[in-house]
Amino acid sequence: MFEIVFISTLNGILYGMLLFLMASGLTVIFSMMGVLNFAHAGFYMLGAFFGFEISRRVGFWPGLVIAPLLVGLIGMAVERYGLRRVHRHGHVAELLFTFGLTYVIQQAVEMVWGKLPVDYEVPRSLDFPAFTVFGTEYPAFKMFELLISVAIFLVLLLVIKRTRIGLVVQAALSHPGMVAMLGHNVDRVFMLVFGVGVALAAVAGVIAGPALVTQSNMAGLLGPILFVVVVVGGLGSLGGAFIASLLIGLLQTFAVASNASLADLFGSSASAGALQTYLSDIWNVTVAQVAPILPYLLLVLILIFRPRGLMGTRET
Amino acid sequence: MLSVRGLHAYYGKSHILQGVDLDIGDNEIVSILGRNGVGRSTTLKAIMGDPRPEGEVVFKGQRIGGRKPHDIARLGIGYVPEERAIFPSLTVAQNLLLGVKPGQRGGRWSIEETYRLFPQLRERADAPGGALSGGEQQMLTICRTLMGDPDLIMIDEPTEGLSPQMVERIGELLREIAGRGISILLVEQRLVIALRISHRVYVMGHGHIVFEGTPADLTANADIRREWLEV
Repeated sequence: MFEIVFISTLNGILYGMLLFLMASGLTVIFSMMGVLNFAHAGFYMLGAFFGFEISRRVGFWPGLVIAPLLVGLIGMAVERYGLRRVHRHGHVAELLFTFGLTYVIQQAVEMVWGKLPVDYEVPRSLDFPAFTVFGTEYPAFKMFELLISVAIFLVLLLVIKRTRIGLVVQAALSHPGMVAMLGHNVDRVFMLVFGVGVALAAVAGVIAGPALVTQSNMAGLLGPILFVVVVVGGLGSLGGAFIASLLIGLLQTFAVASNASLADLFGSSASAGALQTYLSDIWNVTVAQVAPILPYLLLVLILIFRPRGLMGTRET
Repeated sequence: MLSVRGLHAYYGKSHILQGVDLDIGDNEIVSILGRNGVGRSTTLKAIMGDPRPEGEVVFKGQRIGGRKPHDIARLGIGYVPEERAIFPSLTVAQNLLLGVKPGQRGGRWSIEETYRLFPQLRERADAPGGALSGGEQQMLTICRTLMGDPDLIMIDEPTEGLSPQMVERIGELLREIAGRGISILLVEQRLVIALRISHRVYVMGHGHIVFEGTPADLTANADIRREWLEV
């Protein structure tokens, strides 16, 4: 039992931190520019594939640095030459633009790497068990993923709270027009934030790619969860995104590890008999089997009972 | 200092400014008066470059029409919006710090000095801007713009919704600002204050200037006041 709790907690925090790497960029981009970037998960996928391609040629470590940089540059170009022009035509146009971009990225990835999973390997230097609990080996690579995402989280916090550019970013979250009229080049800050935001998603792709499956559908699998995180946390709230990321990370991993079902809950008492006939369809379904829908259930509950999210300031 | 000729500005399809002409000299306090919705605020915003205006705007000998707001601010025009636009999650001190422009060295105003002028701001230096009272926010927004050391400051309705006592303080601050050689372009609803501190006044109606003169001229001109100012 303790083993399951320990491993699930570790996995949950890891999954949560990876989600946060992506959700942080998404939520900051949303509150600064008012645009929900549908293509965000696409940049995560680009990060994974760039990381794969670079690791195949020169190794994993250069990929960890170069792939996010490349994706960040692409992101900046997308903001400068795409979003900024589309912005003049309003939010619907912007949404459609990022929506279209997800397909462009998807198709581009399929054209270059095909639809089948690619062989993105864990680097040999990290391919060993970090420790063993109750006979289960915990891979060092997972600890490394956790370390990287926590480190990036701390650096991000430091930059936003302690530097001048961070101050400008925070100010632009509430009144971007005023920040410009105080003499700050807000357009450039937007471009930078978009670039850094998608670069963070790319980092998540580079380090999650070898552990998960690097395939052209990975953006589509992850995208919806990302929106759940951002909405549950509260659109535009970094703190909310952090809490929601961990919450959903833990919720999912614990649910997957649980074999409980309604049958276990009620046992085989007499009163359970009636319930069993009534709920026969879901009587023996385990929590693990419904795990994938739990985040969406949470989304629905949050939208009903707390529409601005855990820490959001505006209605969604 | 600033000369505006034939300024036009649009919000969507509505033609808000329909050829505004005005001038502000060095060290001058100028007010734009008029009823709500005639384009006074839009005049200030269009000079700042948002909405992007048509027409000629010349500041310190440079054409600034069509430039970006941050460029215009860096040339030395400060803008204080009617809605104050305090950054609510940042502290008072951080709000002031953001008034300092990138690459700026020194200037006529320091944080210390704004605190001396308004001791309340020092007391609340670490409080979030969103927690300030209306009067404190008004001081903060003016001081924030002063931190950028503008040569011309444009202030939109600084006394709106403030107590008479606070209105006096704002009036004092405006004189202090002018005393340091900064020109002021004021949009003001309260006739009394505008007439008392301004060197010249403009009256606006329906997107253009309908009267230009000294406060004494306006006081003497009952027709203009009745037609364009009194409710």
